[in-house]
Amino acid sequence: MATLEIRDLHVTVDTEDGPKEILKGVDLTIKDGQTHAIMGPNGSGKSTLAYSIAGHPKYTVTRGSVTLDGEDVLAMKVDERARAGLFLAMQYPVEVPGVSVANFLRTAKTAIDGEAPKLRTWVKDVNGAMAQMKMDPTFAQRSVNEGFSGGEKKRHEIVQLELLNPKVAVLDETDSGLDIDALKIVAEGVNRYREQGDRGVLLITHYTRILRYITPDFVHVFVDGRIAEEGGPELAEQLEAEGYDKYVKAGTTAAG
Amino acid sequence: MTVTDSPAVARAVETSDRVASHLHPLGSFDLDDHPVPTGREEIWRFTPLRRLKGLHQDDATAPFGADNLSVHVDAPEGVTVRTVAADDAARGSSGHLPTDRVSARAWAAAPGATVVTVPAEAMVEAPVVVTHTGTSMDGASAGHAVVVAEAHSKATVVLRFEGSAVVADNIEIVVGDGAHLTVVSVQDWADDAVHHSTQHAKVGRDATLRHVAVSFGGDLVRLNASVAYDGPGGEAQMLGLYFADAGQHLEHRLFVDHNAPKTRSNVDYKGALQGEGAHAVWIGDVLIRKVAEGIETYESNRNLVLTDGCQADSVPNLEIETGEIEGAGHASTTGRFDDLQLFYLQSRGIEEDEARRLVVHGFFADIIRKIGVPAIEEGLLATVEAELEKNVGKPVSA
Ligand SMILES: Nc1ncnc2c1ncn2[C@@H]1O[C@H](COP(=O)(O)OP(=O)(O)O)[C@@H](O)[C@H]1O
Ligand SMILES: [Mg+2]
Repeated sequence: MATLEIRDLHVTVDTEDGPKEILKGVDLTIKDGQTHAIMGPNGSGKSTLAYSIAGHPKYTVTRGSVTLDGEDVLAMKVDERARAGLFLAMQYPVEVPGVSVANFLRTAKTAIDGEAPKLRTWVKDVNGAMAQMKMDPTFAQRSVNEGFSGGEKKRHEIVQLELLNPKVAVLDETDSGLDIDALKIVAEGVNRYREQGDRGVLLITHYTRILRYITPDFVHVFVDGRIAEEGGPELAEQLEAEGYDKYVKAGTTAAG
Repeated sequence: MTVTDSPAVARAVETSDRVASHLHPLGSFDLDDHPVPTGREEIWRFTPLRRLKGLHQDDATAPFGADNLSVHVDAPEGVTVRTVAADDAARGSSGHLPTDRVSARAWAAAPGATVVTVPAEAMVEAPVVVTHTGTSMDGASAGHAVVVAEAHSKATVVLRFEGSAVVADNIEIVVGDGAHLTVVSVQDWADDAVHHSTQHAKVGRDATLRHVAVSFGGDLVRLNASVAYDGPGGEAQMLGLYFADAGQHLEHRLFVDHNAPKTRSNVDYKGALQGEGAHAVWIGDVLIRKVAEGIETYESNRNLVLTDGCQADSVPNLEIETGEIEGAGHASTTGRFDDLQLFYLQSRGIEEDEARRLVVHGFFADIIRKIGVPAIEEGLLATVEAELEKNVGKPVSA
């Protein structure tokens, strides 16, 4: 049982000219086992939503709430949110020089579970997860994301998704910049995670392409800091055909 | 993200016809050649003289001779350790000439020297450990040590400094032809110690020196490490690692004198700073003389600023008198603690303290790995850990 509930979420970011409102009232509920796709043009605030859920210090929530199974997520520190069951696959995963992937994964797993994983099964699990994502086992000894290609970084995010197995995963443009083979590998990883049946996914994407491999239960069109339209998978097909134009224009009018 | 990488200053690369670098006046044993510094001199401008306990002054103000430092040598079989008189020929065998007043004073005042010799062709596995333990802050002592690795030998010498004392010393390092010597100088002093150390190495033909300076403790540490070559084909790796806490002044001054052809040098220093008034200074001078054709050099200094209120000064200087070189370059960066790295690790459930530890360990990891002495590498990781435990300062405000 895992429900992520976002209510009337307003978020600002500090700029040189003072705080700037990016999210202007987001409402979204992700229930057990549901996959929600969020689609929207560049700059509409998708990453801001993802970061705000994860607790990035750059973003300030000025109104609204985020709860996971009724627990106040916004009151939690970043690491507490992860331990509560939230996971964010980042659009631009961060390089951490000198920290090996193996050490990073083990430290994260230990933190999430509250105890160190059993050595023997853990090594097997890591190797298995990397193999499924077609990552060479030598990646375990490399520094986290350092010198990884864009695609390798994204696959490394999904390796973490599988190993940490959160209740709700937010995937921020995990598909962007992937060639079709890598996209399929990533989609298979996400689908394995979904097949557990009770996990929530918030799939943020700019393109409809990935929705051919990961079928969402709901599609939300995100424009100018809020959800402009909601529907089923058919909405993605409509976006594919028509693009964001009519929403962007509508958004501009509404804002102006 | 709050990383501010400052690229190396453009003026750092310059060509010159002068014989000696202007930053490194010709040395002299004569104290009169080294007037009492005012603090405005190029070589003194970063050092808080009033905290030097008079080491830079004269015998009337701050005489040497205190019995405040005990020296204990742990040498594996095959290595000889002697205590010699001040007039012994071992003194000066590295070609060292004091280039500042403290070194010249320590040279004149040292009652004798400890000489560690690794015989020719000896392969010594276990490190020689010379432990200096300070016992009192009253008065000051002048020390002298000579480390000799004879031709084609291989050994590791660790110089440890701990406790409380005011010390000025000259450490001479002589690496014989084809020898491989690692010297690790660990400044793990108590909070009040003042240490001015001058460490000069002569690297023989086809010899390799790996010199590692590790500074964690002390109120003020100023360490001059210099290298010159005694023939072609020599290689010097000058590594350093420091962790400056609130109020600490840790200064490392490097000078590599490429005075022979086909020689190589690699200077790589990394430091972390935390707490109000933590001050790190790194000066990296490399001189490539006319004769030094076909040499290769690279120097790098990277600072990680963990909290507000710290200062890191980092000045690379490359003087090139010949155009016939294989390669020469340098880098100097001072970065603030990367909040994004912290966020990424925390978003995987890792608590903030643990995440900070990981990032700082990661920052030092490549330097520690380069040391190549497992026992020391482990010890250093533990020391970094202990330094981080002390972190009372607030994280850098974004
Ligand atoms: N640190 C920041 N400073 C100023 N503006 C920002 C900052 N972060 C994001 N923004 C702005 O917020 C808006 C939404 O950005 P983002 O959430 O990254 O959009 P998306 O992920 O949909 O492309 C953009 O206009 C972007 O320029
Ligand atoms: Mg984005």
